[in-house]
Amino acid sequence: MLDVHTYIGAYPFRHLPHPDPEVLVRVLAREGVEGAWVGHLPSAFYRDPTHGNAALYAALERHRDTLAPAPCVRPDWPGWQRQLREAVDRGAPAVRAYPPQWGLAAGHPDMRALADAAGEAGLALVLTVRFEDVRQRHWMDGAGDLSAAAVRDLARACPHARVVVCGAGREMIEETVWGLTPAERARVWWDISWIWGPPEDHLAHLLRTVGADRFVYGSGWPLRLTQTPRANLELLPDELAHVSLADARGIAGAR
Amino acid sequence: MTGAPLVDVHAHFYHAGCGRADWQAVNAARLRAGARVGITCHVASILGSFGHTSPTYFASPADVRRANDEMLALQAAHGALVRSYVHVNPNEGEAALAEIARCVARGAIGVKLAASRRADDALLDPIAADAGRRGLPVLHHIWQYRRREWGGQEASDGAELGRLAERHPGTSFILAHIGGGGDYAHTFHAVRDLPNVYLDLSGSGVDRGMLDDALAAVGPGRLLWACDVTIETGLAKLRALEVIGLSEADLALVRAGNAARIFPAGSFDETARSEARGRREEITA
Repeated sequence: MLDVHTYIGAYPFRHLPHPDPEVLVRVLAREGVEGAWVGHLPSAFYRDPTHGNAALYAALERHRDTLAPAPCVRPDWPGWQRQLREAVDRGAPAVRAYPPQWGLAAGHPDMRALADAAGEAGLALVLTVRFEDVRQRHWMDGAGDLSAAAVRDLARACPHARVVVCGAGREMIEETVWGLTPAERARVWWDISWIWGPPEDHLAHLLRTVGADRFVYGSGWPLRLTQTPRANLELLPDELAHVSLADARGIAGAR
Repeated sequence: MTGAPLVDVHAHFYHAGCGRADWQAVNAARLRAGARVGITCHVASILGSFGHTSPTYFASPADVRRANDEMLALQAAHGALVRSYVHVNPNEGEAALAEIARCVARGAIGVKLAASRRADDALLDPIAADAGRRGLPVLHHIWQYRRREWGGQEASDGAELGRLAERHPGTSFILAHIGGGGDYAHTFHAVRDLPNVYLDLSGSGVDRGMLDDALAAVGPGRLLWACDVTIETGLAKLRALEVIGLSEADLALVRAGNAARIFPAGSFDETARSEARGRREEITA
C-alpha cells in the first residue's frame, strides 16, 4: 500500500514538526505503509515551481526505494512541458497541481492541457482540496478549496486524465462522482484522508456506493496525523473489514 | 494499553425526534466503533432535536427536556458504558437550574452547554456555580479563536470560556474539541494558566503538532481524550499520544484518569477511579 498524499517541507501558515523525508520514511514503516508519493509543500505557494522541484528531487534522492517524487507542474507558466518531461525522466509516478492557489478556476484550459498531457505520459495528476480546515486558516490564506466542478471538468474534458484528489469529504466526492458518466468517473480516484468514519460512517457509505476501487490510501502528512487513515479503515463495519482500496501503482501506469 | 479504561468525555447520541431516519444506525455505529477502540464509557449528550424542531445550538425547552430524558434512558439501558450530561440552555434561567437538578437526580454526571449564550455572559454564572456546588464538570462547546459571529450558534472561544472559569475557580470546565474547528493555537495560550479548564482532544481536526502543543500548554493532567462525531480521529489521536512522548502513567490520565478526577465519584468503573487515585497520590508525593 502506498500513501499518495504526503509532502516534505515547511507550511507558510503554521509550524510543522520535522517535515523531513527521513522522518517520513520512519513514519511509513511504523504505519506499515510501503511507500509514498511525496510533494514539496512550499511549492504550492511558490509562483515558479522550478526551485521547489529541484529541492524535492534532491531531498528524496537517498530514499527513492520508499519515497517517489510528485513534483509540481504549473500549466499556466511558460515551458511547463519541461517540468512534465523532467518528471517522466526522473521516474515520478505523479505530478501535483494547485489550481486554487494559482487562481485557475474550473474549466481553465491550461489545467485541461496538463491533465491530458500527464495522463498521456503515464503520470497521475494529484490535486489537493485543502491543506487545512477552512475554519482555522490564516487571513492571508484566501485561496479557498478546490471545487467539485473543477474535478468534474477535468474528468469530462480530458480522456487521458488520471486524477487523484486528496483531502475531499463525502459531499464533494458525491457531487463529483454522481455528476460524471461511468467512463468519466473512472478517471478519478480519491484519497481517504479527510473522509469521516464512525459514527457517521461516511467512508463506509462511499465504499458501498462508489466502490473501493475509486479510493486510495492517503494521510496528508506532515500536515495531519498519519495514524488517521489506518484508524478509519480499522473501524469500518464488519462487512467491509477486508475491503481493498485501489493500488496507486495501477493509477500511474507501470511506474 | 489494551483493556485499560478509556473514557470519551464528548459523545453524542440521537433519538427518534431528531429528524433523521438513520438515528438508530448512528447510535449503533458509535457503540460498534467504541467497542473496537476500547472505549469503556461514552459520556454523552443529545442537543435537543439536533435542529429538527429547534436549532441545535438554540434548543427549545421542550426539546432540551426530551433529549435529556432520551439520554438518561440510554444511560439506563447501557449500564456503565454510557453516562449522561444534562444539556441546558442558559436563556431559560431558573428552569435550566431545575433541569440540572431533575437530571442529576436521575443520574446525570455533568452539564453540557452548547452555544445559545456567550460563555462569559453573566447568565451562565448561576449554572457554573450550581455545577461547582454539585461537583459536576461543565462541557462547553467552543469555536477555537472566534473572530466573528458564525451562523447557527452564539459561539465562544477559549478566552471567553476562560473568563467564566476565572469567576468560578471551584468548577471544572471542559473546553470542547480542540480539533473541532478554529485556531486551537489561540486556545492554548488563552487557558494555559487556568487550572480548572481542561482540554478535550476531540474533533475531526488531526493537525500534526496540535497534541504536542496542547500537552506543552496545560500538561497531561488537563487533557481529556474524546471523539465527538469522528471516532476514527479519536483513535488516531490515541495512537499519536503514544508516540509523542507521554509516559504510561500520563497516558492513563488522558485516557481516563483525569475524567475520573473531575466527574463525580463513582461515575466510571472502579479501574478508572483507582488509576486516577494512584496518579494523584504520585503527583502529591
